[in-house]
Amino acid sequence: MSTKLYASAAQALAGLCRDGMTVAAGGFGLCGVPLDLIVALRDSQARNLTVIGNNVGCDEHGMWLVLANGQIRKVILSYAGDNKILERAFMNQEIEIEFNPQGTLAERLRAGGAGIPAFFTRTGYGTLIAEGKEARQFANPDGSSDWYIMETGLTADVSLVKAWKADAAGNLVYRKTARNFNPMIAAAGRITIAEVEELVPVGEIDPDQVHTPGIFVDRIVVSTRQPKHIERPTTRPRTAGEPV
Amino acid sequence: MAWNREQMAERAAKELRDGYYVNLGIGIPTLVANLVPPGMTVTLQSENGLLGIGPFPYEGEMDPDLINAGKQTITDLPGSSYFSSADSFAMIRGGHIQLSILGGMEVAQNGDLANWMVPGKMIKGMGGAMDLVAGVPRVVVVMEHNDKSGAAKFRKACTLPLTGKGVVDLLITEIAVFDLDRKGLRAPLLVELAPGVGLDEVRTRTEAEFTLAPHLS
Repeated sequence: MSTKLYASAAQALAGLCRDGMTVAAGGFGLCGVPLDLIVALRDSQARNLTVIGNNVGCDEHGMWLVLANGQIRKVILSYAGDNKILERAFMNQEIEIEFNPQGTLAERLRAGGAGIPAFFTRTGYGTLIAEGKEARQFANPDGSSDWYIMETGLTADVSLVKAWKADAAGNLVYRKTARNFNPMIAAAGRITIAEVEELVPVGEIDPDQVHTPGIFVDRIVVSTRQPKHIERPTTRPRTAGEPV
Repeated sequence: MAWNREQMAERAAKELRDGYYVNLGIGIPTLVANLVPPGMTVTLQSENGLLGIGPFPYEGEMDPDLINAGKQTITDLPGSSYFSSADSFAMIRGGHIQLSILGGMEVAQNGDLANWMVPGKMIKGMGGAMDLVAGVPRVVVVMEHNDKSGAAKFRKACTLPLTGKGVVDLLITEIAVFDLDRKGLRAPLLVELAPGVGLDEVRTRTEAEFTLAPHLS
């Protein structure tokens, strides 16, 4: 009987990694990042990778490990800050970066996963990122019109996502802002692997509460990462009289 | 006296309206979150997937799965919702967020904004800024009037790569407030001066051409 369950991140990635492949990974900052799967990707030593994600890790965490290991040829992202070796590699022309507006990146992944090859958006019209892209005018409901640029859908050979709960059918539930890019990246992968905090029995997740239906998930591994790292811990002081 | 950061944020908070959904950028715009007038309902959006941003958590109550777009730990509120980045940018690009308040590196008199890169120097990327200025109907920029070398940041034309073309409606600096026309059909109007700041000072420190609102002329 077929199963989606794997005993470790390395086993879940076994047989999938090859030089020159495209990998998409979920996460925003360090929130909702499949950290075990990324370590397994580093250990695979696959090179010349194209990596798609909002940001490619931050110093010493997440996809930064794969970057520091010299495995990445190109990144497709919206934000390269908080990652000194990425900035340095880009300045030294050791790596190619394709900057995307964050919403364009999310929509390119959504489109790719849904079989939509391209779409038009107003975002980026008249800027550097519009160069070389088809531009068209479309009418607004009020009769005026705006210029839009064509953006293409994105897919990946392997997608790595992070979820809170999963069942053996591959249904995923995310937690709070750890959802971010994970649902679109799950759909955009030819093979999608989910790293999850908790595996629950089939039937325990209310079908109405499933965020990513199991059809988008091929392999599942339980994460070993606890407690989770916080990039910018920020608190407020308790004021007198407030309940503790 | 020029306005300080808090006072610039207070000026920006005057742009809030009851019932608005608002996205605040990093830096001075974030301070606006604490300045919503009593009795007004304003819902703040964080583009990484939260509508209804609460205050920072107390010590010991931080949740690694709950951060804002600046990656700081935050809280949610009764009535908040979580969603994917695609849904988040449907709110932004679909025109459902009414107001965006963000920082800038340069603003041009025709409403162009540059705030995402300095060629050869800073390459952090645009994050959600290009989507916000393209999709949100009202865009307020809060920035220092001049850069560290004293050069004007409110210019005839931007010299840095643009974030958006014809996208700024209001510019707030530490010395003045300008009302811009996104379509570029009229010159920006100088509508307010910080207390004690004279017209000559604004003229000296500004490259953009502007006209005076009736109450200032």
